[in-house]
Amino acid sequence: MPAARKVISRETGIEEKEYKWGFVINVKQEVAPKGLNEEIVRLISAKKGEPDWMTEWRLRAYRHWQSLGYQEPKWAKIHHPPIDFQDIVYYAGLAPRDGGRPKGLEDIDPELKKAFDKLGIPLEEQKRLAGVAVDAVLDSVSVATTFQKTLEELGIIFCPISEAIQKHPELVRKYLGSVVPYTDNFYAALNSAVFSDGTFVYVPPGVRCPMDLMTYFRINEAEAGQFERTLIIADKGAYVSYLEGCTAPIRKRHQLHAAVVELIALDDAEIKYSTLQNWYPGDKEGRGGVYNFVTKRGICLGRNSKISWTQVETGSAITWKYPSVILRGDNSVGEFYSVALVNNYQQADTGTKMIHMGKNTRSTIIAKGISAGHGQNTYRGLVKIMPTAENARNFTRCDSLLIGSRCAAHTVPYLEVRNPTARIEHEATTSKVSDEQLFYLMSRGIAEEDAQYMIINGFCRGVFQELPFEFAMEASQLLRVSLEGTVG
Amino acid sequence: MESEAKTPLLEIRGLRAGIGDVEILKGIDLTVYPGEVHAIMGPNGSGKSTFVSVLAGKPDFEVMGGEVLYLGKDLLAMAPDERAREGLFLALQYPVELPGVRMREFLRTALDAVREHRGLPKLAVREFNRLLQEKARELGFDQEFLKRNVNEGFSGGEKKRNEIMQLLLLEPRLALLDETDSGLDIDALRIVANGINKFRGPDRAIILVTHYQRILNYVTPDRVHVLINGRIVISGGRELALELEAKGYEWIRQTVEAG
Repeated sequence: MPAARKVISRETGIEEKEYKWGFVINVKQEVAPKGLNEEIVRLISAKKGEPDWMTEWRLRAYRHWQSLGYQEPKWAKIHHPPIDFQDIVYYAGLAPRDGGRPKGLEDIDPELKKAFDKLGIPLEEQKRLAGVAVDAVLDSVSVATTFQKTLEELGIIFCPISEAIQKHPELVRKYLGSVVPYTDNFYAALNSAVFSDGTFVYVPPGVRCPMDLMTYFRINEAEAGQFERTLIIADKGAYVSYLEGCTAPIRKRHQLHAAVVELIALDDAEIKYSTLQNWYPGDKEGRGGVYNFVTKRGICLGRNSKISWTQVETGSAITWKYPSVILRGDNSVGEFYSVALVNNYQQADTGTKMIHMGKNTRSTIIAKGISAGHGQNTYRGLVKIMPTAENARNFTRCDSLLIGSRCAAHTVPYLEVRNPTARIEHEATTSKVSDEQLFYLMSRGIAEEDAQYMIINGFCRGVFQELPFEFAMEASQLLRVSLEGTVG
Repeated sequence: MESEAKTPLLEIRGLRAGIGDVEILKGIDLTVYPGEVHAIMGPNGSGKSTFVSVLAGKPDFEVMGGEVLYLGKDLLAMAPDERAREGLFLALQYPVELPGVRMREFLRTALDAVREHRGLPKLAVREFNRLLQEKARELGFDQEFLKRNVNEGFSGGEKKRNEIMQLLLLEPRLALLDETDSGLDIDALRIVANGINKFRGPDRAIILVTHYQRILNYVTPDRVHVLINGRIVISGGRELALELEAKGYEWIRQTVEAG
């Protein structure tokens, strides 16, 4: 392998080759004072020029959050020192000198363009990712959205949520908080109060979105939390495939990321949602790294609708997320495909909830956990069959792969069955990369490290094959980078 | 033998090996020249599998003494993947399943590694596919087979044929075949034997481990060695295998003990 160029992070003195996305983007940002109170909530709302109904909604969420008394949920198998929620910056956006959000793609700060290029996300359409429209979000603000015109012609709305609040208030008012109300949990309440940007997608009836839509989230400010909000609606008979990718610079301190994603699928609609989560995982001793506390949920509102989550979680110091599906429409389908990798001192508590309400609803859960170093990996999943869900079906498979002897994998499945016609299957395995497998590959001339990755990749195949091709390639490279030094 | 003038492909002197403190191979001497086929026969537990596994570098076994020269190089100092790139190939008695690893991807990676070591360029996708199809056909596999995961859900016979297909694809200098014939019905045995015969050539050699002389009806050996209790107790030509079949291993034991 070629020797990596040594790049040392200016802030932390940490060598960057372990996390090559760890650079800081040099653009002027406007940063709110630390801490959270009604003033800050109003400030964020004012920055966005929001209508009163939105400000009021935020304030209601804030008051609810405050009533929870800084008591974050404690049931997950994760450990961290208490978070000082008054020591976080809740808003950071491009300074007004740069005109805030650039007017058009040609108006973007070259420094910013370069940075996103370096991340592999070119913002110019001529350099576009093959068949992917991108919304780029830096800290609290969406900085660019590509291909908007092409999509507009089909009636597809793909824009920052701040823009949707202005231009499509009827859709936002109808659906925002309809799947994840601000009373849902601590972090959902926090997000509802302070979310600053994120992506809004609406696909009109009968339209099949011709390209993948992608949001690239980037944390840049040292002390900023990121609280994005994504809302995707597929109207009757519509189809959309949505991708999200995330990175952050190397920072000494932990950073908070608390997003909310809501998906709504009407009759015969399908939403496919894929995530590559690569937030800064912290260093080898577990210092720094992003706390990724995310609420993602979709509802199959209509008959024959389908929502499919695919996630590859390799980053973050702590991951706490359960992309779920409420199967309300008859014959609706929910899927969850997940690879969660922990290395060094990373912790992941992730899984899904499949709530069956409609008749003949089906769900599939395939969860693959890879643990290395001192990593702690927990699968936590709920399959709930309501009395109305005649003939519901679920298949769950949880596989854990352990690398080394100091890591751990835990599987916590919850089953709640309230209709006797339900059929539920659960399979679980725990394995190690066996010496026999390694020897077999090596006896064919394949070097030990390559042999290890081939086996690990094979372990993830059932999930990777659900990703769009280029994303799958990237996922498999990400896996390799994340495990560097632990195998071979 | 005629080959005295040639350089040996493999020279084994006093090889001792085992697991933990238990010695299984108790001093083996064997010289193999290019072009030769050596059959290693012997009863269960005599150390036949251990012998070829040690040559391939299987980490379960510990070498306790002796030396092995492969084309004049110290074979025992090499890692298993190096041995393979240098031209050694072990067809396993029990090929391992690799869940999620596709046949095509596995064979491509292996062939690339071996070719790179030989200073050959990587094959273009089309060339590789053509080559792979050809080898698959020779072993009686169809296209669908190449889309499967390595050995996953393969029948016993498919696993053995798969080993020989890899042998033909990777074109090593020295093939170690560990009971490739066991558990095969007569048709599969013919296919496998055909594959082995295709592999034979003046620059290549084979060490074939077997219980039965049945496969030797198809693959004619130059030398037959009988391994009992970790030692080669008798060596001979093709006729030794036939005699063995007629009289059994007990006969050898008695002959050897009688001196």
